[in-house]
Amino acid sequence: MGVDNPLGDNVITTSLDLLVNWSRKSSIWPMTFGLACCAIEMMATGASHNDLDRFGIIFRASPRQSDCIIIAGTVTKKMLPVIKTVYDQMPEPKWVIAMGACACSGGIFDTYSVVQGIDEALPVDVYIPGCPPRPEALLFGLMKLQDKIMKERNSFGSAIGLGERYIPEAA
Amino acid sequence: MAENNRAVLKLKEKFATSIIDVVEFRGEVTVTVAKDAIIEILSFLKQSLQYNQLTDLTAVDYLGKKEDRFMMVYQLLSIPHKDRLRIKTAVSESACTVPSATQVWATANWLEREVFDLFGITFDKHPDLRRILMTDDWVGHPLRKDYPLQGPDREPYKGRLS
Repeated sequence: MGVDNPLGDNVITTSLDLLVNWSRKSSIWPMTFGLACCAIEMMATGASHNDLDRFGIIFRASPRQSDCIIIAGTVTKKMLPVIKTVYDQMPEPKWVIAMGACACSGGIFDTYSVVQGIDEALPVDVYIPGCPPRPEALLFGLMKLQDKIMKERNSFGSAIGLGERYIPEAA
Repeated sequence: MAENNRAVLKLKEKFATSIIDVVEFRGEVTVTVAKDAIIEILSFLKQSLQYNQLTDLTAVDYLGKKEDRFMMVYQLLSIPHKDRLRIKTAVSESACTVPSATQVWATANWLEREVFDLFGITFDKHPDLRRILMTDDWVGHPLRKDYPLQGPDREPYKGRLS
């Protein structure tokens, strides 16, 4: 489908890809970037009533040890270079979740100091609207990210250094 | 009434020429003073009358409504006497500098940096006058009344279009 799969397209490579994708989606370790009120909802989702640990999601404090970054809260122009530095420190494969109205589009803060959506600076995979999104909404967004990870192709090949990951466009 | 307030009485007998106005509203006393005597008045209030906490330091922009564009506001609290006082001084746009209150209270350091960042009022003898809330290379002072809300590089909000 337009991607050069150096290992060939057979049942072994696709099964290996499925294995790698399954392991990646079952243990997304997010780096919490809780900036504002959405951080409280993220903490509530990680707490015992809506549990994130049952999805394999453990919050890591360091970007070097995480695969996903959840931008939860308002991003100001002063914070933007910090976010870019943290994102650059994350190893591949990495995904970005924009949680809440402020991270998706600036929210109600249409002002001089707020970045109108974190997608001005980072490639966002999942947008979760809400102010703040309920824990169930955050869980749904994470499950959508899991579905997106499952659809990736050639992940085994890229993991051993042959070729790039191919992420199909959402239908 | 304001006339019985111990701070107002002492200020009037010592700095009678600098006091421009005394207002009392619902128990809050506000004294408007001239800009050149502000440091003497603040240190007098701190040392002799025990107004030992500078609770807040801010500014108001009266663009077009008053002669002097800005008004510096100092909110003082006296912990031993449980008494609050507000000191205001007018700052005009052409002479937009005020002596720094860091000589009297150390907490005025960041409060004055915030006023400098958002209004553009400079402070003499401030140890570290630079921007605190905006990025270091920001041009303009956002809390002035003539600064666009969306910032200089974006279109203004057009209201509900539908």
